[in-house]
Amino acid sequence: MTGSLARALWLAWRSPTGRIAAITFLLMALVALIGPHLLADPTLIPDAVSGAAAPSASHPLGTDQLSRDVLSRVVSGARVSLAVAALAVALSLTVGAAVGLIAGYAGGLTDAVLMRLVDGALAVPRLFVLLLLVLVWDRIPLAALILVIGVTGWFGTSRLVRGEVLRLRRAEFVQAAEALGATPGRIILRHLLPNVAGPLIVTATLGLGDVILLEAGLSFLGLGVQPPTPSWGGMILDARPVLLTAPWTSLFPGLAILITVLAANLLGEALQSAFDPRTA
Amino acid sequence: MTLLTVTDLRVAFPGPNGRVVHPVDGVSFTMERGETLALVGESGCGKSLTSMALLRLVPPPGRITQGSGILLDGQDLLSLDERAMREVRGGRIGMVFQDPMTSLNPVLTVGDQVAETVRAHQRIAAAAAKARAIQLLGEVGIPEPAERYQAFPHQLSGGLRQRVMIAIALAGEPALLIADEPTTALDVTVQAQILELLERLRESHGMAVLLITHDLGVVAGRADRVAVMYAGQIVESAATDRLFRSPSHPYTQSLFASIPRIEGPVGRLAPIPGTVPAAHAWPAGCRFQPRCPRAEERCAVTPPIVTLAGGQTCRCWLAAPTP
Amino acid sequence: MTAPLLEVRDLVKHYRAGSVLGGSRPIVRAVNGVSFQVAPGETLGLVGESGCGKSTVGRTILRLQEPTSGEVRFEGQDLFALDPQALRAARRRMQIVFQDPYSSLNPRLTIGASVAEGLEIHRLVPKHQIRDRVCQLLGEVGLDADMAERYPHEFSGGQRQRIGIARALAVEPAFLVCDEPVSALDVSVQAQILNLLADLQAARGLSYLFIAHDLAVVRQVARRIAVMYLGFIVEMGTTESVIGSPRHPYTRALLSAVPEPDPERQRTRIVLSGDPPSPTAVPAGCPFAPRCFHPAKDARCLSERPALRPAGDGVVACHHAEP
Repeated sequence: MTGSLARALWLAWRSPTGRIAAITFLLMALVALIGPHLLADPTLIPDAVSGAAAPSASHPLGTDQLSRDVLSRVVSGARVSLAVAALAVALSLTVGAAVGLIAGYAGGLTDAVLMRLVDGALAVPRLFVLLLLVLVWDRIPLAALILVIGVTGWFGTSRLVRGEVLRLRRAEFVQAAEALGATPGRIILRHLLPNVAGPLIVTATLGLGDVILLEAGLSFLGLGVQPPTPSWGGMILDARPVLLTAPWTSLFPGLAILITVLAANLLGEALQSAFDPRTA
Repeated sequence: MTLLTVTDLRVAFPGPNGRVVHPVDGVSFTMERGETLALVGESGCGKSLTSMALLRLVPPPGRITQGSGILLDGQDLLSLDERAMREVRGGRIGMVFQDPMTSLNPVLTVGDQVAETVRAHQRIAAAAAKARAIQLLGEVGIPEPAERYQAFPHQLSGGLRQRVMIAIALAGEPALLIADEPTTALDVTVQAQILELLERLRESHGMAVLLITHDLGVVAGRADRVAVMYAGQIVESAATDRLFRSPSHPYTQSLFASIPRIEGPVGRLAPIPGTVPAAHAWPAGCRFQPRCPRAEERCAVTPPIVTLAGGQTCRCWLAAPTP
Repeated sequence: MTAPLLEVRDLVKHYRAGSVLGGSRPIVRAVNGVSFQVAPGETLGLVGESGCGKSTVGRTILRLQEPTSGEVRFEGQDLFALDPQALRAARRRMQIVFQDPYSSLNPRLTIGASVAEGLEIHRLVPKHQIRDRVCQLLGEVGLDADMAERYPHEFSGGQRQRIGIARALAVEPAFLVCDEPVSALDVSVQAQILNLLADLQAARGLSYLFIAHDLAVVRQVARRIAVMYLGFIVEMGTTESVIGSPRHPYTRALLSAVPEPDPERQRTRIVLSGDPPSPTAVPAGCPFAPRCFHPAKDARCLSERPALRPAGDGVVACHHAEP
């Protein structure tokens, strides 16, 4: 599996936008990982609340109305937002790939039934379902949020994977494996999955951007990540009263979202053209 | 006057490591009116690219290099502007491609595609063009041409689609028809039909036909002269009879020894060892030398083109008269 | 007379084109009652043009597709009655080599991993010996052992075919279905692969079902030939008699259409009218009747399907064939 996959990743690295995006992403991930250990506790409200203060030497990104350091909140928010995105996308990917692989390989009634279910699910707007689920759930715990986002996001992936599998099924190397006596499980895992890895990785990367926006949106509505856990969307929600008087309280979390989603999309595009057989 | 004169045709492409490679490297040949010349070779020898170069359709970043010469009826094709060249394409030179499925527009009826080409080369009204298109469809042997006019490519079989391609090529009344592997994608019984058709049309229209193929069998029955290509160059050319009776270049000889026959004794085939080299890795000197059963030391130097009896030419040291 | 290795009786394969929940789905009658035998160590050639069902026969006798009806006995076992476990074991003895070298190898696996697949599935060799075994197999097909770590895209078409053959040989089969194994290769490479297959047959006592559309190639490798048309076998016999004195009109047309690379030996060609028919529209009566040119063709040909009758040392399905 590694040979041509590694080559594709290297190709993505070679393109300037791909490289910048990848580096941005890695930096963001690094910051999210170690940042919170180096900075003050973002949830701590100091005894002397003096209101929002503009960026200064001691608070590079300023403080919010409750005198909390914006920088450490953004960094902690990064950890939460990226974790939610990564885990939710991983869930969607796994379920979507599994359904797509099974439907595509089994064919016949199994395929027809599964795909009609997917069609039905795709017809319902994801946001509606999400809103319904989180509204019903008072103060939704983080794990449940991840689950809910993941479970509503796998339908497109399953379609994509199924399409690839249908194409591959007739490929002669799959028939050769059947002729050698390979079990369906072996064929799916060893022959089909590695060959759909390319489109899957692209979907995953682009999906990250989508989920970050989704989570930020939900948190902004007060329905996503619940305080005191910091999140970018939550920070913007908190900043509403001082939107004009203390713009840095909403600007920096907003920028964080923008940069991360942009990086995810650019990386996804670079990977897409890297996996394109014409350019490979 | 000679219909087509190609002199030292060279096509350049950027290769790995910034070098320039020449998949067509110094090809020269002539064609007279009404004759059939077969350009034979395996994949990678440059035969298709040669035919595209004649129409100046070399895909970028490739280009025809300076010093190449293409004269059609005495006119220098390389000096024409794009507009004039467009009139030549499909007009004085018609082309039939290998795969009719991808060469025909799937959303237009076949009749419309023929009529479109007619109108591109003649100033006539739409109705007249349609009539001419139906006439051409009939001429290429499509049954019920007036009805088939309305058909879409996917509704026709491979053989019929190829006939449509030929009709399109004929629409401009070409003096030269280039047929690039016209029957490779077809069944053998259909292949015979199409080759018969080309032969018939050649006679009735007085066209010259440049037949590009890898199949020596197709050549034997249909061509007046043959040019064998290997690694971007013509290594041998002769009248068909002469080539089959006494091939002089080791590559041609090896090819004959390696193909299965439908008649004659069945023995072990004598394959050519190794594989065809890629354009960026052509051997210095004689390009066939690494695989040649009769290679000698002097083959490290590029061999001259030797002219033998009856106009046969051979690019090989072994054909050179011993001093 | 030794017992046949493979016995096929009245094999039928029909399927519905189109999706499960889609609209009208025409029935494709790909194979319509095919019977033949292959003895140990022999090669049976199966020829025909596109749509005749030969590839479907190849895949169905290996149970890569489930048959509609019929029986296949391999080494005495009824293949269609085996449960998945027994079928897996039986698969070791019968393998397949495909036509397209570019899609017959998993692009994500090293060729060593591809070749080793059969060894792993059937646990034929302890893990630490797999590497050696793979190198041995690669050597047997003429490839260097150090190529095992490379990926398919680094190899030429001919080399990929060799890798596919090595993969099939890994499980020590007795029988190989060769589905157009050289059609996609260059002429000079075809001979290499044909020789390899012949050598392997001699060394390992393999039997082949050699499927091809090229009669000259089949003549080279097969001792017996079966000619297929529209899902039926229309003639079967020794290579000498089928090619030397064909009895079925279709066989005659097929032979006359084969391009012969010898200008001296140009046959008068029988050019069939019309196109090869579609397996969705199999005529009642003789399948070849609509295109048949036999002077004695009559109403019986159109209404009554001829059975295979003995003629010479083989069988023919024609109401008017000479015995």
